[in-house]
Amino acid sequence: MSQKEAWGSRVGLILAMAGNAVGLGNFLRFPVQAINNGGGAFIIPYLVCFLLMGIPLLWIEWSMGRFGGKHGDHSTPFILNSLDPKRSFWKYIGVFGIFTNIAVAAYYCYIESWTMAYVIHSLAGTFQGMGQTEVAAFFGQYVDVMQSTTGIPYEAIVFFILCILLNTYILSKGLDGVEKAAKIGMPLLILFGMYLAFRGLTLGTSGATPEHPDASAIAGLNFLWTPQYDSLLNPKVWLAAAGQIFFTLSLGMGSIQCYASYIRSKDDIALNAVSAGFMNEFVEVVLGSSIVIPIAAGYLGLDWVKENAGFGMAFQTMPYLFNNWGPILATMAGVMWFGLLFFAGITSSLAMGTPWMGFMRDEFKWTQKQGAWSFGAIVLVLGLPTVLFFQQGVFDEYDYWAGTVSLVVFALIESILFAWVFGMDKGWKEINRGGDIKVPSIYRFIIKFITPVLLLFVFLGSLVTPLGNDWLAAKASLFSGNGWPLDNASLIKQITNAGLKEQIAAATDPAILATLNEKLFYITGARALLLFTFLAICALVYTAYQNRLKRSK
Amino acid sequence: MNTTALILMVSTMTLVSAITLYFFVRVLRAPAKPEPDSFKDNDEDR
Repeated sequence: MSQKEAWGSRVGLILAMAGNAVGLGNFLRFPVQAINNGGGAFIIPYLVCFLLMGIPLLWIEWSMGRFGGKHGDHSTPFILNSLDPKRSFWKYIGVFGIFTNIAVAAYYCYIESWTMAYVIHSLAGTFQGMGQTEVAAFFGQYVDVMQSTTGIPYEAIVFFILCILLNTYILSKGLDGVEKAAKIGMPLLILFGMYLAFRGLTLGTSGATPEHPDASAIAGLNFLWTPQYDSLLNPKVWLAAAGQIFFTLSLGMGSIQCYASYIRSKDDIALNAVSAGFMNEFVEVVLGSSIVIPIAAGYLGLDWVKENAGFGMAFQTMPYLFNNWGPILATMAGVMWFGLLFFAGITSSLAMGTPWMGFMRDEFKWTQKQGAWSFGAIVLVLGLPTVLFFQQGVFDEYDYWAGTVSLVVFALIESILFAWVFGMDKGWKEINRGGDIKVPSIYRFIIKFITPVLLLFVFLGSLVTPLGNDWLAAKASLFSGNGWPLDNASLIKQITNAGLKEQIAAATDPAILATLNEKLFYITGARALLLFTFLAICALVYTAYQNRLKRSK
Repeated sequence: MNTTALILMVSTMTLVSAITLYFFVRVLRAPAKPEPDSFKDNDEDR
């Protein structure tokens, strides 16, 4: 990016920030989390966490970014360093803010490429006349690189490369390109979402068939919104709510700091941050809850939704459901659905490219084209294993370590750095500097005490997730002297691959045993690749620091 | 829909939509800061 890199307009900045936050999880993760955690009651801890953790972290990250930008830093290693220049280790903590973006982009661009391919398939009428099983099987064929659904050999790889090229081209135009993509993508996403939400909310019982006589969108909405107040006392629900807020706002990634680093000190961040944050909430709560669940329940029944609610519904079910609307509307709905997912994806993946570009520009004087194309090349190399070995669990491994654990760790550390090391006196001034709204003073207390504690709970909740995610049973077990039973999904068990090793130990069929051993091999390889990437960025940061020292002599 | 679910859904959606709109309108109505500011569009107006 050039030295004069700047946002075009304030609305463009907010749309880009909102686009960064709005992702596939808004439409696919939120409703599933709500259903699994108390239905309508989930919204209470969810909104509480938004106010106590989401908004404060947005202010922290926006103000950190603007503060770093004042010193000419546009990526987290040296933004964190600028908050506490006396201690040199912060810049290595800041490596998370580049690493996470690159590693997440590597698999995120792959999902983005699915949405791109599915838009084309919807337009071509591929799904018309297909039954539910055929649509679900189509996805399996698509992600199997040895099969082709279009006649294009290795089409999953072709679409993945096309997607990376598109991202790289837009990124090579700098912030102008990112802003233009957000100005086109976000309004279209909201427009498509509003149409599909209207269809979901008004579907009623018209989708019932002899095959699914109990199908009802109303039943789906009832299930989603009827509060089960007893769930409010369950720590699992609060952890799920905090986790959802965390991921939906793209916190702990380093991309917010990068975008905010191009804002001048006297310009507002307080109002911008809440405006972008609430825009994300609108897309998630209003649109996200009104599409997948009611439409699926409206045609397949609530029991089917309860059994199958998950990420796969977007690709394996929705095209089949749209077929019920007739050929023209089915095509339109398919284009809108996968189009909105594509826009949600690309506005996020573009944000993932900017920290790397900012870092290489600041420290090694790379041009925006060099930064963008090198980002594309790294994402391609790091992302190809997720495409080629998707079935072997490489994709999930990236998602877990880069897209889940790294975010929580980085956000926890940055919140402590901001509130306790940089200090709340300076931090509060930074948040309010140039503000077009006055931040309520209660947030001074919240940022200092509540937000870090909540983040610590989220981290500990992941570290020692109890068996079956049953916190009350684990507590009873602990107090009765039987210890804390860990779930295989807990961070501690994940590190040791406990779940997979249990499966290997229990397997008797040589074919299954070979598959599981192969999976373990690929998972270990994926971890090694991620670790290598992190260490390589550390080495770059070290070199950059040495260069800075030489220049200052 | 049952009444409780309907009330919760409508009130939540209305609240979130209203706050989103409120903050976005405030952004649109906020006067631009004196130059040099962060936005290139304002530079072109001058």
